[in-house]
This record gives sequence, C-alpha cells and structure tokens, in this order.
Amino acid sequence: MPRRDDISSVLVIGSGPIVIGQACEFDYSGSQACRVLRDEGYRVVLANSNPATIMTDPELADRTYVEPLDPEVLEAIIAKERPDALLPTLGGQTALNLTMALLDRGALDGVEVIGARPEAIRTAEDRELFRRAMTEIGLEVPASGFAHSLDEALSIAAEVGYPVMVRPSFILGGKGTGIAPGREELVGLAADGLDASPVGEILVERSVAGWKEYELEVMRDRADNCVVVCSIENLDPMGVHTGDSITVAPAQTLTDVEYQAMRDDAFACIRRVGVETGGSNVQFAVDPATGRRLIIEMNPRVSRSSALASKATGFPVAKIAARLAVGYTLDEVRNDVTRATPASFEPTIDYVVVKIPRWAFEKLPGTEGRLGTRMQSVGEVMAIGRTFCESLQKAVRSLEQGRAGLNADPAEVDLDALGDAELLERIAVATPERIFEVECALRRGLGVEVVAGASGIDPWFLRQIARLAEARRELAEERDLGEHDALGALDRRWWHRLKRLGFSDAQLGYLLSSSEAEVRGARLSAGVRATYKTVDTCGAEFEAFTPYHYSTYEDEDEIRPSGRDRVVILGSGPNRIGQGIEFDYCCVHASLALRAAGYETVMVNCNPETVSTDYDTSDRLYFEPLTAEDVANVLDAESRAGGRVAGVVVSLGGQTPLKLAHSLPADLVLGTSPASIDRAEDRRRWNALCEELGIPQPPGGAAASVEEALVVARRVGYPVLVRPSYVLGGRAMEIVFDDVELRRVMAGLRLEREGGVTSERPVLVDRFLEDAVEVDVDAIRDHTGEVLVCGVMEHVEQAGVHSGDSACALPPQTLSADVLATLDGHTRALADALAVEGLLNVQYAVKDGVVHVLEANPRASRTVPFVAKATGVPVAMIAARVMVGASLEALRGEGLLHASGTVPSPGHVSVKEAVLPFDRFPGVDTLLGPEMRSTGEVMGVDATFGLAFAKSQAAAGTGLPASGTVFLSLADRDKPAGLAVARGLADLGFSIAATLGTAGYLRDRGVTVETLVAKVGEEGMAADAVSLIASGEVQMVVNTPRGRGSRDDGIHIRAAALAHHVPCITTLSAAKAAAAGMAEAAVHPLVVRSLQELHDAPDSR
Amino acid sequence: MSGGPRAAALLVLADGEVFEGEAAGAPAPVATGELVFNTALCGYQEVLTDPSYAGQVVAFTYPHIGNYGTNGEDDESGRVHCLGVVVRDLTPEPSSWRAREGLDCWLRRRGVPAVSGVDTRRLTRHLRDKGAMPCAFGTAGETALREAAAQALPTDGRDLVSDVTTPAPYVRGSGPRRVVAYDFGVKQTMLRQLERMGTVTVVPASTPASDVLAMEPDGVLLSNGPGDPGALPGPTSAIADLVGKVPIFGICLGHQLLCAALGGSTYKLLFGHHGTNHPVQRLADGAVEITSQNHNYAVTDVPGAEVTHVNLNDGVVEGVRLAGASAFSVQYHPEAGPGPHDARYLFRAFAEMLG
Repeated sequence: MPRRDDISSVLVIGSGPIVIGQACEFDYSGSQACRVLRDEGYRVVLANSNPATIMTDPELADRTYVEPLDPEVLEAIIAKERPDALLPTLGGQTALNLTMALLDRGALDGVEVIGARPEAIRTAEDRELFRRAMTEIGLEVPASGFAHSLDEALSIAAEVGYPVMVRPSFILGGKGTGIAPGREELVGLAADGLDASPVGEILVERSVAGWKEYELEVMRDRADNCVVVCSIENLDPMGVHTGDSITVAPAQTLTDVEYQAMRDDAFACIRRVGVETGGSNVQFAVDPATGRRLIIEMNPRVSRSSALASKATGFPVAKIAARLAVGYTLDEVRNDVTRATPASFEPTIDYVVVKIPRWAFEKLPGTEGRLGTRMQSVGEVMAIGRTFCESLQKAVRSLEQGRAGLNADPAEVDLDALGDAELLERIAVATPERIFEVECALRRGLGVEVVAGASGIDPWFLRQIARLAEARRELAEERDLGEHDALGALDRRWWHRLKRLGFSDAQLGYLLSSSEAEVRGARLSAGVRATYKTVDTCGAEFEAFTPYHYSTYEDEDEIRPSGRDRVVILGSGPNRIGQGIEFDYCCVHASLALRAAGYETVMVNCNPETVSTDYDTSDRLYFEPLTAEDVANVLDAESRAGGRVAGVVVSLGGQTPLKLAHSLPADLVLGTSPASIDRAEDRRRWNALCEELGIPQPPGGAAASVEEALVVARRVGYPVLVRPSYVLGGRAMEIVFDDVELRRVMAGLRLEREGGVTSERPVLVDRFLEDAVEVDVDAIRDHTGEVLVCGVMEHVEQAGVHSGDSACALPPQTLSADVLATLDGHTRALADALAVEGLLNVQYAVKDGVVHVLEANPRASRTVPFVAKATGVPVAMIAARVMVGASLEALRGEGLLHASGTVPSPGHVSVKEAVLPFDRFPGVDTLLGPEMRSTGEVMGVDATFGLAFAKSQAAAGTGLPASGTVFLSLADRDKPAGLAVARGLADLGFSIAATLGTAGYLRDRGVTVETLVAKVGEEGMAADAVSLIASGEVQMVVNTPRGRGSRDDGIHIRAAALAHHVPCITTLSAAKAAAAGMAEAAVHPLVVRSLQELHDAPDSR
Repeated sequence: MSGGPRAAALLVLADGEVFEGEAAGAPAPVATGELVFNTALCGYQEVLTDPSYAGQVVAFTYPHIGNYGTNGEDDESGRVHCLGVVVRDLTPEPSSWRAREGLDCWLRRRGVPAVSGVDTRRLTRHLRDKGAMPCAFGTAGETALREAAAQALPTDGRDLVSDVTTPAPYVRGSGPRRVVAYDFGVKQTMLRQLERMGTVTVVPASTPASDVLAMEPDGVLLSNGPGDPGALPGPTSAIADLVGKVPIFGICLGHQLLCAALGGSTYKLLFGHHGTNHPVQRLADGAVEITSQNHNYAVTDVPGAEVTHVNLNDGVVEGVRLAGASAFSVQYHPEAGPGPHDARYLFRAFAEMLG
C-alpha cells in the first residue's frame, strides 16, 4: 500500500522536557519521524516545549512550536495550523495523554489520529480494559483488581494475596508504583498511587517479583504484517522497573520453543489492542521454575525500549513507524543498512548488547538509593561486544563513575572488606552497586546458586560474570609461577582472552601492578589491538552500508578506508543531572555543520537515547565508552583507515570529552587549547587573569583542608559559597553561613568519591553575593580574534541557585545599558585573554551595579541550544566551524550567520525554566540551591517577559493559576519585596493566605490577608499549612527560606505543595516574575508562534 | 603464559582461509564437512538434530550458543546429523527449567566435534562472499587440516538422503484421514503438525509411487532433507507418478523434488538460506511471512506451476502451486522448529485438501 495522499499535513507532538522516565529517546524518535514525514512531502507541524532538542530545530518541521504541551495550547496550534492528521505515538506518554485529552475535549474534529487509534491507546493504557482484552485472547495476566479507593485496594489485596504490586493507570515511568509486602505498606502505596494516576485509579496485582522479565519490540503495518525487532532480557528480575534494570539484547535464556510462544503472544496482544501501525513493546514475566508466562503490559507507541532496540539492532524503529503511519507497509520500506532488502524482516544480531541505567542519588540527599518499581534513573549507557562479559564491562566503564570495569580496580577494595553475610544481604536489595557486589561474591566463591538465590538473577548471567573471576584467578596463578615481567610474558592468546572478557587496560594495570600506559604498550607489542565490527541487522548475511561500529578483539576490522579529512566528535556519554541532552544537541550540530563543510565526521558516544548515536547523524558512528583507552583505539582505527584525522572536538559534549582532552595528542584538540581550558579552571591562574584584566570577582580562595577553608572564610566574610573544583552541575556546592556549617561541609567533601579534596583538587571558598542578579553569557571567538556575543541571559532566581536550576530570560530584563556594556566588554576581554577558538560561557553576578565574574568556561554550555532557539542563530554549528578554522567573517559570507555581524535583538522574550525531578523522590527538599538537580528544561516565548514566564511555568508542569488563593510564607528579608507581589496578586483578585509573621507584615501595610496559616509546630487558631495545601484550597505557594542557616523551616510546606501538585515558588525573584506573568496572562489572550514566524520575519509582528 | 584451558584448534576452509579457535564437543583431530552459517538467535538444538544438515558443518552467527542447554523435547530427529559445529562462545553450563544437559557434554556424548572461540563474523562474511565450501577443523595442526579441507566433499551431486531416511515405514498419530509422509530427512515438528490431521505413515525415501498409492492416502507430504535435489532421481520420478493422483504438499527438499518432477530445474545458491528471519511474500494477498529456512538449493522456473511465494531479500522462488492439480510446495519451513509460526496456515491448507 503506498503513501497516503488523502492527508497533507501532520501534527507531531514531542515529549516535552527531559524528566525521569522520558528522556532524549523521544528526541531521537521525534527527529526521525519529522525527517521522514518531510521527506515524504508532508507539511509537518511540531509542538514541543523542550528547546534543547534536535526535533525543535527549525529545519526539521514546517512549523515548530516551542510552546507548553497542554491541551489549551495544542488547541490553539490546531486552530491555527489545521493539520489533517495527528501522530501521537512518537512523543512518549506525554503525547499519548495529550492526544486523549484533546479527544475528550472534542478538539480533534477533522484531525485524524494516525499510528494508534484512540481505542487502541485506551485498551493499552487502561489496565482494566487491557486485562480483559488479554484474558479474552487467552493470555494470562497476574491476578489483580482495580481500586479507586484505599478500601477497594485493601480488599483486592486480600483476595489476590500479598505481596501485591500497585500500578497507577495512565502514568509514565512507573510513577507511583511499588510492591507492598503487607497491609501496612499497601496503605501508603495505594494513597500515592491513586494520587499519581490522572484518573485516580490503581491496579493492585499479585506481585511476580523475582520472575524473569522480557520485552519484545514489535512493529505492525496496516496490512497486518508483524515483526519482532528485538528481544530484551532483563538481568534484574521482575520487581525492578525495566528502566532501572540492567538489560541485555537479545534474550539469552529462552529456547526457541519458548521464544516463539512469546512472539505469538506479543503479536496476539498488539492485534487485539489494535495498534494499527508502528512500534509497540510488550513485557512478559516468566516463572524461572516452570516457564509459566504472564503478560505484564504493552506500550502502544515508540518507547525507551524502542530507542534501545533501534540502537541495539540497527533497525530504525521510529523512522519506519513514521512511514507505516502514513500508509506504507513493511515490505515497501527499504532496510537502510543493506539497501537491498526490505524492512519486513526480523533483525538478527551477532553480538550482545548491555544497557545499564545511570542514577543520580548522590544529588538527592534523603533518597534511599534502592531500586524498585518506580523508575529513578536519569540516563543510561549501552555497550556492544561480542560476548556478554565484554559488553557488560564496556557498559560499566561507559557509566563514567570512576570505575574501570566490573571491579578489578581500586574501588573494589571497599567491597572486598565486607563480610560474606553482609555482602549477600546487600545483594538481596537491588541498588546501583549490586552488580559490583555480585561480581565480588562470585569471585569469593560464594557460588552461583547462593548468589542467584539472594539476587534473583538468572544463573546464566552469574556464570558469565564468574568467568571474570576465573580469568583473574588463573592470571594471578600464572603470575605467581615466577614471572617477573608479567606483562611481557602474556602471549597473544592470553591477551585475547582477557580483552574478549572486556577487561580494560586500566583494570589489567591494576591486576598486574602496572600503569595503564604500560599495559597498552605491552598489548600493542603483542599485536593485540581493538578490531571494529559493524552493526548490520543481519548477522553479516548481507553487505552492510551503515558505518555503525563497535570494538571487540577479533581477527578482522571492518572500517572502510577513506581518503577524506575527518573530524572526530566525542559525545557526552550518559545523561545525568548537569549533563544532558543540551550537549548531545551541540555534538549533533557540530556533525551536521562539519559534514556540510565537506568533512567526514566520526561520532563516539555510548548513550543509546540520543540523536548523536543515530547511524545517520555522522559519517561514522563508534558506539563506544568515552574513556582514554577506547578513544585512543578509535583514533588508531581512524588513522589506519587512511586520509587525515583533522582533529577531535572535545568542547561540545560537557565534562566527559573535556576530561579526555589531556589523553589526546595536543595538536588534535580542535578549538581552544587544553592549556587555555586549564587556565580558566585553575583557580590561581584564573584569579591572576581576572586581576590582570581588571574584572572584579567575589573575594575568595582555595582550600585543601578545613583550617585553610576557615581562614579564607574569615578573610572574605560569610556567607561563603563552597565548591569542589572540576565538578559537574554544582556537585556538592553549598552556601555556608558560619564556621560550624563550614566544618560540616568540608568534612562531607572528604568522604565523597567524586570530587574528593586533595591539594590538586582543592575546594573553592568564595564570598557569596546575596541578592545579586546572575547572568550567563554565551559567546564565540574565532582565530582572527573576532568575538560574537550570542546570548546574554538574566537569571530569574538570584545568585546562589545553580544556573542549571534557575529560570532565565533572553534578552535580559532588568540590566541597565551600562551593565550590559560592561558584560559585553568583560566577555570579549576574557575571550581574547583565553585565546578562545570556539565557544565561551561566562557567568556573572551583578550586585549594586557592579559586575563580578564568577567563572568562565571555554566550551559549550548548557544554554547553547536555548540561545539558538531564542535567537534563531545556529550557535553550535558556527562554533564547530570556527573550531576547524573558519572565521566568523567567512561564515557570514556563507549565510550561516547574519550579514549584520551581530546577533539581532529578538522582538520577543524567551524564558528558559528548569524541570525538577522532586515528584520522583518524596522526602527530598524542593528548595533550590547551588547544587543542580534539574533533569530538563522548557522554553516559553512571548511578546513580554511576564507572558513568556507564565508559558515557561505551564510548560514545566506548574502552570500559574488564574484565580484562587496564594499562600505566602516569606523570610524576613524578603518581606519588603514580597509586599509588592502580594499587592499585585490581591489586585488581580487572588485571596491571600499567609503565615503569622508574613500576614502581620502585609496587614500592617494594608494588604488583606484572608487566611492565617500556622507553620508546623505552631500553636494557635490558625489553619495548619500542610492541611491547607492538602485540602486543595491553595492554588499557589510562595515560600522563601529563612535565610541564614536554618533553611529547613519550610520543608513541610514545600513537600505538601509537591505532593498535591500546587505550584511552589521558593525565591522572591521568581514570585515577582510569576506575579507579572499572572497579571499579563489575565488580560492577554493566548497566542502561539512558531520559531519560523519568530525568526524568519522578526519585524512583521 | 598461555591463555585458556582448552586445546587450541584451527578451522581451515577449502580455499585456504584459516581461523583460530579452541577444541570443543567430541575430541577430533580432523573433522570435515561443507560449511554453512545459520543466523538464528536460538534453536540450536533443533538445528543440530535437523537431518537436512547431513554432510554439513554449521557455524552459528550468534556468539553465545548453549545458553539454555539441551532438553528431552526439542530434538528434530533421533540424532545429530551435521558433521561439526563452529561457534564463537560455547556456554558450558545451561540455565533453563527444561535443561537436562549442557551443550558441550551433549555434543561430546553424541560424538559431534566442535570448535569455539572463532571469529564467526569474519567467517560469515567470507562465506557470504565466497560461498558455502568444504572445511576441516580440529586439533591436528594446520598442515593436516589444510589437506583435509582440500579433500573434503561439498554436498553437490551427493545423495545424502539415503543416510538419513527411515529404513522402514512407521506410523504416527491416528484418525480416519491418511497421510503418507516421504521421509527425506523429516523433522519431528513437521510430523507433529501432520499428526493433528490423522494417521501419518512415514515411508523411506526410496518408496515407489505404486506402494504409496496402494495405501490410498488422502494426501502425501514430501519432507525436508539434506543436500542436492539433483542427486535424487528415484524420488523425483516417484513424485512425478504421484502428481495428479493425490494431494501433495512439499517442504524444502520436498519442494525442490516436486518442482523437479514437474520438469523444473534446481540450482545451488551461493551460501543458501539458513536462519529464522527470512521475509517471504505471499503473492495472493501481499502478506509477509517471517520464515524459518534451511536450504542451499533452490528452484527456477517450473512449467505448469504458479509461483505463490517469493523471498523478499533475493527474489528466490519460495512456493509454487500446480495449476489445476492439488499439489503445492514451499521452500521454507512452515512447521518452524526452530523459527516463527507465521506459515503454519499451510498445514491447515493441506488438511483442507485432504478433504
């Protein structure tokens, strides 16, 4: 069946900000979908609030709306664009839920939902309908029932028997799910679950924790052809959310009989649910003792697993799903990889894929760090090897958590110190550390059966892991036989055995008491080097044309020779807090820009969720860990391939590639030299530079001990900002108000594994500028010395809130012309002094008209994609070209940059807002501080700051109310400024509730406070803050901390607001912005504008 | 220091290409056979016991083989028919609730030599480009293996069916409908599908048409089997005598023999189809079936027969139907074992023909 001609325009809904459970895999799938639809000649209208995505690049759609993803806004977009069809299956759960909401509102008259019919979405998403549907076709589901109240939940549990699993209906990433061993636990879980479900419904089912867990990724076309793209087996058994499980592709421990039965079930499921076209994933639980198989759930859309399946097999699920949605059948779609064969086949692979999630518990004090049915990871890595051990060890080192592989490194000593009983106790609880504990237990000889019993991990995986210990033991025995030069004595077979088990040179150095460099030298002398195989969907049966490679230690290298100049781009590794999609965006843009300029680009990355690891993005893709060894191997392979490696891009992927710069030949590092990067990072040299340039800094100093820190603090005066050098996203940064606090913070830092204090890595202690306005500037300098200031962003939150967690506005809203000129001048001076060639990000704090520089980073910053979307200037592309020697002048000639030479001032205001993961971590204080905790960002664009801010809040999921009650609880120092906010809100018709002190202050100044609120522990006639919020009588909370020291006062208020989804503002500056937004939104109708309208004709407004 | 507990072994191809590995399975200084690769991710027990692999050495493209061991239910015949096994990584101890024995022990007990640790991807790429070819592997050393590889026989022109067919007729299943199944190397999964239809009499490959017709069957199944259809003139003429007299369903070698009996010709593919992911299009309605395949030979034109199925990867004829007579056949394995069940409907179609 050919392409549908009865539709001509398609609305694609993206997945919005990066949150836990919904990350950049939907940028990958959405970008693929947009490209395909445009290639097919459709007019594409895209809605996505996330500016850091490739899919919101204006080139990918005819109309790109970076607008809040809520039904009102989408209705406005639909009214304006009148699309013929809506494709909801490529934007995650967000897009599905929005589509259902639009249908319920009757907003889709004349718009056909393609991909999955609404009925199918309902059947898959509504657990009761799903259970009935599966029972009808003879598939077994766990015994369960639906509850809409606590009583119902308890009676169902009594019926099916404990332990029970609680799953809220219509949720993403397992939010609100959990296992209750007994009645007591169920009471709490059921309440959370009922609250998490948008329809107030939970499934209470008999738990199958400990069963084997599988997923099949299935495609179906409208002629009812079905194929399995990939089977996935979870190493962690049922009970750990699949997004938090180590998973392996293909399934390892199913016979063909069992696998085919599962495949039949998956097809029966997708057919019964009625997903007409596209990808779906179906999850199964299998009893390890009997093989009994239950169907757990299915997603009628492209999912996290689809992205993994795409990267694991080379079969581009999203691209093909988009083609199927517009009418093609699988046999009509060509397999890109072989070029000769159709997409209507099942990929077969000749390697093993391991995915490991990456968590961020260290950034969220108060979390338990236990894994369960609620997804908590913020990113993931994938590794490819010929065997499970090789892939597993590659995946572990891809995580960048200071581990050289699965133990066999200095960090294993801690585990080795544990007693057997304690080790087994730990293994019984799923945590990020469990895989290391498992290896340790097996190496100790505790036995596969014992470890399997404690962990529920299938013995196949454990026996494979035990091979690492076996090799280590034999290696040690050989060594003890009297070989002095252990390295020199290893023959080729030994090297092959060790490398094929995935041991890194760093691990072998640890085992053989040698340096990593010595190991590498000895290995290469023995003629053993990494070889690169190809991911080809067909197990080498057909010739492959996709240059998608992974390393292993085999006979043959498959890298095709090339005579062209190549640029290697090092990616940013797993998403984590502080380093996410923004950097992948920059790497992808570099690849696109350099390809367009005639270079061959080579991408190295290990994050399966990203656009950078799409085999189409670069001329060659190496799916590899970002370590010195793995990158050196890639460079060796590239130099063997002929042509010239013109250089390596290290400054666009965040800290990950930057840290590798020192391991690379200096002449290969493109752009700003590593020496300049060091100059900005090294405190002493940086201070000298600022002094030389006459740029003020907050006074401060470096300290390698508590005593030194105290000396610095006394010299500069409290409060001080304390932060370790060389860390990411404000890791372990704190604002300290006195000696006691300082001692505590310094003591805590010593214990940290990452960012520990040494004399080479001292702690920085700076005077903290209270109530200063923080400003971010992104600029590009070329080799001729021309500097282009791309974006000046004024933070909404005051200095002290991590820039990644702060909202910011472009252009700046309150800075005077003098201050702006000073910012411009300082930025240019710093760019020159650091001899920047490429991007420079400078952070400033402006207090009382004085511009202080906080730090400068000669590399891509988190704000680059936001600046690009706000200004229409392709900042990362320009930077990439500048890094390979193009001048800004030349790029102007090419039209990549406006002929005027500067970035034109936009005729609109863009506000970036951070999206925080607190709803996943009950118990963590939501107060913002110098440690970054946001997972993603959104952008609001409108004619004024207030309207843009209001949009940014709506996009972040905490839309500002239009009426009702605002509850204020302000710190003393915020009261004067808070008065204006309260007055403004009262004038808009809001009722004011306030705590006693705040209320008194406001009432004294003529503001009517209708409700007096007691704080927790306060006695009196006033209502209790927490119960007031819980009662739903409050529509917004403004709670600013007490200031010095005790910042915990309002924690109960903030926790209550979080639990009941009430917008909660914790800084006065944000409250002012919100008040402005609410005032303007009250009088201005909603207007949506596409990026194309904003940037192509800025004057037409 | 020298790594690894297992004895080193080499795999040498007839064209002189050498691969390093380690000895596994039954000890053998020299094992020989025609080397083919199979791309299935699981189902190795079915593959190794499939009589169609007689005369061949099977290389698996998936690296971990042996994960779930072997069990008492999944054999496709009473013994292993292939001459050897080439893998990247052999799992010694199985993990499955059905496992009875690890694959390595199972191979040893059944006298099947193997070589593991081989860069099977390089091997597959080589065979893909140069074609299936004889090989030798084992612990004997390179010189001996080179000689053995040079002398090892391909399957071309050889009657391998005589080695695998049943020596005497036997009956499976019960019921009023009578099916005669020619055993050219029949798989158990295929017989299980037939048993659902009625009484199945399995007969030796050499059974004359007259003997079959004397049984008054409602239908005749031509089974799968090993090797070159051109080397089987006896069965071909027997089939020619059956056409038009009784409904016929041919599978794989049975398909090739039916086509040959109808006057069609067969040829050898470069490296054949061995796997469980081959897309086949049913021309009647355009539907795509993912199929299990295992053959080195294929048919070209068949006079008087309509092509019903084609391979979407390379256009190979995958199914034919005799115009006006109740005979049809497919090149692939609708019974699966191992592989997808997408084409099981063909057994229902055959059952309908039985009346």
